[in-house]
Amino acid sequence: MTWIEKQRNILDYTLSSLFRRKGKNLALIGVYTCIVFFLASVMFFTYALKREAALILKDAPEMMVQRLLAGRHDLIPLDYGEMIQKIRGVESVKGRLWGYYFDPTNGANYTLMVNEKHFDSGSVIIGKGIEKNLPGDQFGTLPLKAQDGSYLFLKIKSTLSSDSELVSSDLILISETDFKKIFAIPEGYVTDLTVRVRNPKELTTIATKITQLLPDTRPILRDEILRTYDASFNWRGGLLLIILLGSILAFVILAWEKASGLSMEEKREIGILKAIGWETSDILLMKFWEGTVVSLSSFLLGVILAYLHIFFSSSVMFEPVLKGWAVLYPKFRLTPFIDFYQVVALLFLTVVPYTIATLIPSWRTATIDPDMVMRG
Amino acid sequence: MIQLQNIKKVFHMGKPNEFVAIDGIDLSISSHQITVFKGPSGSGKTTLLSLIGSMARPTAGRIFLFDREITSLPERFLTEVRRKTFGFIFQQFNLIKGLTAIENVMTPAYPSGEKRGSLAKRAYELLNLFGMAQKASVRVDWLSGGETQRVTIARALINHPSIIIADEPTAHLDTKLSIEFMDIMGKLNQEGKTILIASHDPMIHESPLVHRVIEMRDGKIIRN
Amino acid sequence: MILHPAILALSIGSILISLMLILSAYFGLLILKKWDLKSGSEVQLSLERKTYLISTVMAYAFSFQVLSFFLFIYTADHLSPLFSGAMCAAGTLNVNRWGYPTFLLKMINFLFAGLWLIINYTDNRAYDYPLIKWKYGLLLFAVPLILAETIIQTSYFLGLHPDIITSCCGALFTPEKQGITSSLIALPRLPLEVLLYLGAGLSIGEGVVFYWKGKGGWLFTFTNGATLIVAALALISFICLYIYELPTHHCPFCILQSEYRYIGYPIYMTFLGSGVSGIGVGALMKARSIESLKEIAPRIQKRLVIFSLLCLTIFLIISGYQMAFSNLKMVF
Repeated sequence: MTWIEKQRNILDYTLSSLFRRKGKNLALIGVYTCIVFFLASVMFFTYALKREAALILKDAPEMMVQRLLAGRHDLIPLDYGEMIQKIRGVESVKGRLWGYYFDPTNGANYTLMVNEKHFDSGSVIIGKGIEKNLPGDQFGTLPLKAQDGSYLFLKIKSTLSSDSELVSSDLILISETDFKKIFAIPEGYVTDLTVRVRNPKELTTIATKITQLLPDTRPILRDEILRTYDASFNWRGGLLLIILLGSILAFVILAWEKASGLSMEEKREIGILKAIGWETSDILLMKFWEGTVVSLSSFLLGVILAYLHIFFSSSVMFEPVLKGWAVLYPKFRLTPFIDFYQVVALLFLTVVPYTIATLIPSWRTATIDPDMVMRG
Repeated sequence: MIQLQNIKKVFHMGKPNEFVAIDGIDLSISSHQITVFKGPSGSGKTTLLSLIGSMARPTAGRIFLFDREITSLPERFLTEVRRKTFGFIFQQFNLIKGLTAIENVMTPAYPSGEKRGSLAKRAYELLNLFGMAQKASVRVDWLSGGETQRVTIARALINHPSIIIADEPTAHLDTKLSIEFMDIMGKLNQEGKTILIASHDPMIHESPLVHRVIEMRDGKIIRN
Repeated sequence: MILHPAILALSIGSILISLMLILSAYFGLLILKKWDLKSGSEVQLSLERKTYLISTVMAYAFSFQVLSFFLFIYTADHLSPLFSGAMCAAGTLNVNRWGYPTFLLKMINFLFAGLWLIINYTDNRAYDYPLIKWKYGLLLFAVPLILAETIIQTSYFLGLHPDIITSCCGALFTPEKQGITSSLIALPRLPLEVLLYLGAGLSIGEGVVFYWKGKGGWLFTFTNGATLIVAALALISFICLYIYELPTHHCPFCILQSEYRYIGYPIYMTFLGSGVSGIGVGALMKARSIESLKEIAPRIQKRLVIFSLLCLTIFLIISGYQMAFSNLKMVF
């Protein structure tokens, strides 16, 4: 048990030594915390977006079938749906109608979608982002220009609640009749088909059968979409991390310098300790504890701040960088979520470079000659 | 008990600033005595004490401590010998600033892994012995010269050393405190401790308590 | 390359550790050439100081090795959704030809770094450092291996492209196909089981004999090592089946997932722990005849034997428990 007591004693001494040099150590912890804060923010943000996407797609159908014409997505006849329905293992097939509408006055793209349950023609439900964009004098109507040049004035029934703002902000829910009028869609056609199957394990088999049966179609599996999202989010987040690596490097240099640039007084203190009976490895142990205390406190502080930043302040610092492929993106709150694994990865990413940067300077300090204090 | 055979210590060997601090010393020091090394500064007495106190290794020659050779011990073991055998009192006191008196006294024993409670008790008893009990939790920066000296002595005793090494202990003390210091050394000597002092203060080498005076110059012993 | 934080962390960590190890190896070479404890020269004093740096670097390298081993597998597991066909680490590691070599080297380097630290610990307890040449010889042998790991790991990460189609545990660890893994699975169960328990029994017996009589250290190391190899084969061949409760799933990585209550972690840890301390016992046999280590080495060996047997026993208990209380019942 002397081993534990020794660790305790030396840790105790280390803490008091850290407190005696508050200024220097606080500066280091401050910079360290900032680095962890930025890295953790990027990671939390990308992970939260990924999860958000996964949550949205959770309720999406396992498979979508689109028709291709000259390599481009085209309208699909409803007859196709009936043919697919006959394949064994298919539970149900539904047609969907959706599209994009460019609003020249705002320079924004809206997503139009026909909702099955809704409602009589002549009215719409709109997302929060669109509502904000509307000029105030339209008395609850939304003018949309149809394919033939005429205008439809649709009554705004309500706005979408903000639960899932990531998708709903630019969304317009519309009736089938109005939709077909605006885009001049012929009867018996839909944008794409959604397929539900009885046994998810047969998905690939059914997809193959569909391509054989209807060679001009393309089945898209939900898992594939998820994978693409995953890859693209990883890529965006990773790119930012790479940029931040520069800051890690700068920090490592700072840590190195702080650790090697000891004042005369600090050197003398180490000399005294060695003279009165501390051994080189005891000093190294002290430096180890010092590094651990500095790392862990900065790490915890940085992670907590990043957590608050991402989940409680709407990630004010990154929004423009990481999302922003549409003009209309509103402020939205991500669901708080932390994965233990990403914290471990972050710990590796910050603590390992710091520890190694301080290794040689600590060793230099620890090998100060003890008789230095006698020489004067 | 301490034997030195043809000890040499050269700093910066082979470089232009080569400096021979100890130049072939043979010496034998017996236990339970107060031995004083005298000589001008630069005569090598401090270096000799640091070699005896196993703080540094000689460039050549052999040192025996209680019939055990310590010359070729690696630093790891040399430190252990130093911690268990010697107590040090330095010229500039060398207390750690910002720590309290009792923490300073405890510091040399930290690496041995002693329980904090018993260690603190022992440190307190030592401070009490020198009349410093009520100042135990005062930061050493705020102590007077005499008080600092007594904390230093208490610290030197925390690991139960058999040998006490003092380097110019009275350089920063007035006459009264110097006498007090020698009284304490006399008491410790009576308890059986061996005491080695390097000093050019006549108060010390003329003290009746001293058993032996060794005079040094230029890294050699000139009078024994 | 996938710019995943864990991949960056593993790569950066490995590269930094490697740099420190190159420096250590250089110092180790100097020590091998010029070490002379009798001398009080400044060269010797500076070499002695360098031993502290090397010890510290190796201690950090070892800790990094342990943690990165698990982080590596976990990352491979975590990335599996990005590769068509991969369902766990087995598939991700199979994406290019550097995956499995990295995994294997990580295990080997764990053993080397651990062994080095055991020898270093022992040597530092003798006042004349009698193992110093041997120790730094081993260092010069181990450092290239760790460097190789860094290079291979980097190649592996660089070769990860999310659109690669790979085959995963389902395909890799099935008996129908040809190849090393499938022949591992096809190993007959009964002889393997007999060998495992025989080996374990022998290890425990030899360990006890060694503990009391101080004889047969190497024998213990070899039996223990062989038992662990059999244990690894047994894990893939039949123990896994009980954990997964599927008669055909042999994957050694899925057991690390939360679905199986992370049971893989204690299994891997006890496996590696028993291995490294077992090797340590044999490696220290030589030190017993050295004057300054005569008392110290046997004491350390005894502790290693106990630790090794403890790990082995826990390993057996965990796998035995899994087999006994599994819903899978197999007749063979």
